[in-house]
Amino acid sequence: MKTIGLIIVILLGSVLIYGSLEFPSWGDPESPASSHVSPYYIEKSVEDTSVPNLVTAVLADYRGYDTMFETIVIFTAGIACIFLLRRFRKEASETRLYRHIPTGITLRIEKKGKFPEDSTALERIDSVWVPHDVIVKTTSRLIVPFIQIFALYVIAHGHHSPGGGFQGGVILGATMILFSIAFNLRSALRRMSERTTVVLSTLGVFIYAGTGILCMLFGLNYLDYSALAGLLGVDPVTARSHGILMVEIGVGIAVMAVMVTLYYNLASAGKHDEGL
Amino acid sequence: MIWQIELIILIIVMILAVGALSVKDLLGAAILFGAYSFMMCLLWAIMGAVDVAFTEASVGAGVSTVLFLAAVFRTSRRTGD
Repeated sequence: MKTIGLIIVILLGSVLIYGSLEFPSWGDPESPASSHVSPYYIEKSVEDTSVPNLVTAVLADYRGYDTMFETIVIFTAGIACIFLLRRFRKEASETRLYRHIPTGITLRIEKKGKFPEDSTALERIDSVWVPHDVIVKTTSRLIVPFIQIFALYVIAHGHHSPGGGFQGGVILGATMILFSIAFNLRSALRRMSERTTVVLSTLGVFIYAGTGILCMLFGLNYLDYSALAGLLGVDPVTARSHGILMVEIGVGIAVMAVMVTLYYNLASAGKHDEGL
Repeated sequence: MIWQIELIILIIVMILAVGALSVKDLLGAAILFGAYSFMMCLLWAIMGAVDVAFTEASVGAGVSTVLFLAAVFRTSRRTGD
């Protein structure tokens, strides 16, 4: 089986390499890609949208539909992960481990025992992998706000520098994952519950699609942000720049929530109880 | 751009790709895949696609590695074949 797979891979690879021989060389100004639509974007995007970063202008304005459906794809991935992995039934009888905070002694409470749910002296710990390191916890607690501010900067500054909704949303979600790894899944779920993540991922897609519908209500095409000029009180060119920011915020919220949802479900095998 | 650096990174990318496929330990494969994504990120940056490089660094090398690690943590570290 492995040899057949190897032969298929080699054949497919040589066909792909043969196909790529016909490609124009990298950065060729005569190639179709850089001689039809690219000159328009390069010359007109600042004039049209007042966004210096060409990639953001193309991604969120000229090709707004593509980005909207990319966001919907990510949202669908999060929903599919919940449907595949989430186990809603609670298994009541299980063995739990607790740590007595003043002394550091670990208590093991067997099935059908009485769990000290709201005790301040006992802290529940995971039974498989028990991270308890003051240095790791303090460092991640210190660094998380700075990473989050950087993520907000990436979302808001996508007009002028590399970045945007996708990258900033992923970084925002990564802070939640870092917190969850350094502490445990339950403290992360207390900060951001499952309901919050699902509502936020829906809200992100809603902001994107709602911006498009808002443009339609003001009498222009779907996702033509210059329609928002009257609402925002600016000229149509600046309105397109602000419209890009609005949809980037939507993308950022959706991506952040979906990343956290994926992590919650994968790390706890859908039980949302004990996890990495 | 200095073509020697590009060549070295390309060779490292290929070594990491083959390594990630052939390693028996799935945890090691996930780490190798993260390193592969980081090297791809460097390649994108060299080619001038800074936005793609940023996405590759955050999604490929960052979050997807963590998701692979979570999946390995919940299943097993050994492969069947």
